[in-house]
Amino acid sequence: MTTAPQFDLEGVDGRRHSLDDYADAAALVLIQSCNHCPYVQAWEDRMSAIQRDYGDRGVRLVAVNSNDADDYPEDSFEEMRSRAERRGFAFDYLYDPSQGVARELEAERTPEVFLFDRDRRLRYHGAIDDSRNEHAVTQHYLRDALDAVLAGGEPPAAETMPVGCTVKWRH
Amino acid sequence: MEPRRRAPRVEFLYWEGCPSHPEALDLLREVLAGRGIDARVELREVTTQEEAEALRFPGSPTIRVDGRDVDPAGADGRPALNCRIYYLPDGQVSPVPTREQLEEALR
Repeated sequence: MTTAPQFDLEGVDGRRHSLDDYADAAALVLIQSCNHCPYVQAWEDRMSAIQRDYGDRGVRLVAVNSNDADDYPEDSFEEMRSRAERRGFAFDYLYDPSQGVARELEAERTPEVFLFDRDRRLRYHGAIDDSRNEHAVTQHYLRDALDAVLAGGEPPAAETMPVGCTVKWRH
Repeated sequence: MEPRRRAPRVEFLYWEGCPSHPEALDLLREVLAGRGIDARVELREVTTQEEAEALRFPGSPTIRVDGRDVDPAGADGRPALNCRIYYLPDGQVSPVPTREQLEEALR
């Protein structure tokens, strides 16, 4: 997968969101995500911070939950809405019940980052940064990649290892 | 002479799909060594939902000392093959228990 997948998904804001809706974004960050995973929970404030810090520069950060909500009810759409409201997410949070986006992205983990440039070419894939403990972070992979892409350059690292829970596929 | 204290039974249940168990096991062994407890850690891999239910496994890793969960507050969570959530004193979450939780459980 080298370009952004097409999608048309319902968001926790009650609206549908398609890839075309983000056409004006200078960079689009898709993050495979969910509710129940402690790794996601440890990083979600940083996801909001990145959206707030880079929003003025045309970056859109979009979290997508593709987990099987039958086996993992904490990841149902209702629970997504509840968590987004409780935690004040600054980013769009979309529900992918068919798991089509996760399959297109070939995602394996939550959280797992896919950064696309203005032409929606994949420029960075992997982790948000190098520690689930925000006080221990030394490498800001996604922020560094965004800075590089927005400046027309190459991310210092194009690929890192995402650390987190597995995507919960339907059986 | 004071009678020698019996080594506790230490069970470590994990699911391979969550990456947190090696870190938690290292921490557990470090705490055991630090307290001079010569206990064998019984490792048990949980591989199916049926096993998770039979073992009352609320997520990986789950650590029990003499049958008592090191985080009693989370012990009754829904049995499932997932990463377990531990709450830190500052309200943050972690996929592994804290050193203090392990120390307390082994006291």
